[in-house]
Amino acid sequence: MRTLVILPAFNEEAALRDVLRELRLCCADLDVLVVDDGSSDRTAAVAEGEGVPVAKLPFNLGVGGALQTGFRYAVAHGYDRAIQFDADGQHDPTQVAVLLDALDQGADLVIGSRFAEGGCDYDVGRLRGGAMGVLRLALKLLSGRAFSDTSSGFRAFSAPLLEYYAGSYPTDYMESPEALLLACQRGFRVVEVPVRMRARAAGSPSNRHVRLAYHYLRALMSMMSQAGRRSPAVDRVS
Amino acid sequence: MSTGGHILVVFLTLTSVLFILRMVRRGQLPAKYALLWLSIAVVLIFLAAFPGVLDRTSTWLGIAYGPATFLLGAVTILFLIVVHFSWELARLDARTRVLAEELAVLRADPPNDPAHLAPRPEDQPVEP
Repeated sequence: MRTLVILPAFNEEAALRDVLRELRLCCADLDVLVVDDGSSDRTAAVAEGEGVPVAKLPFNLGVGGALQTGFRYAVAHGYDRAIQFDADGQHDPTQVAVLLDALDQGADLVIGSRFAEGGCDYDVGRLRGGAMGVLRLALKLLSGRAFSDTSSGFRAFSAPLLEYYAGSYPTDYMESPEALLLACQRGFRVVEVPVRMRARAAGSPSNRHVRLAYHYLRALMSMMSQAGRRSPAVDRVS
Repeated sequence: MSTGGHILVVFLTLTSVLFILRMVRRGQLPAKYALLWLSIAVVLIFLAAFPGVLDRTSTWLGIAYGPATFLLGAVTILFLIVVHFSWELARLDARTRVLAEELAVLRADPPNDPAHLAPRPEDQPVEP
């Protein structure tokens, strides 16, 4: 079983080294790929200094594009499963095993939830919390399933899902709810597990209020259009 | 329309046509756009040369004010062109994205451990 840990990184030189070292200590048997999403700082150099392969995007594509790059790499190099892990130190590497366990039990997509029962108290602020609530509701209406954390960036993917996402991962800024919806519609098995998360070690949250509102609106829009689309042939039964 | 106004319209139309033709000749405008804009130019020249046609069309359509017919037609065509460009832009964006991602994957080092050196994607069992 070969597992790839994908770290999308945009200007994360400050936190990246510690994150990589911690990962190596904690999950020595896992391969790591840093996807440098067109950073203007030394993100790629830091990762290379740690001896980790780096996929350098020629310009910034956003998390969706960086992730899809990671998926393409995973598929091209024949990995059996992959983990998405934040480069800013927000995720706890000891929790990787929790996600992998859920994958082993037959899931295609495992979402590490900050809010699920048994997870952590993760304060996201009122505005963001409200916006997340709207997305959660939209997703519930569109997919018919309730998820507690639709925008988690701590996830695990099975090989079939990697194969699928490598060619059709959503590219919009708030990609994770849409990706979740896609997986549900395509008949992939999606589960949520509670995980512990930490406050951001370094780097700044990637959006401000007005932009946040705009991006939530866009995410909602693309989810609607996703759901309105003639439903794709279900190639896997959950 | 006064003679002065008529001359102005013809002059503006001819200038636009010459501008388009120059871009085509320099190879700055690919054939499909050249065709689009040149056919629009032909219509404009025709209308500028025979303003009576516009008036007769307006009467036929039941539009009292001739230029309004022209503006309606112009807005409709320009709207369709802009929508088409949005679509084309989106497609270009998607293709550029794929290129960037593939480039990044190709340039990235293969996985560290030589023990499990990358099997080729075609060696992988195909999932049902």
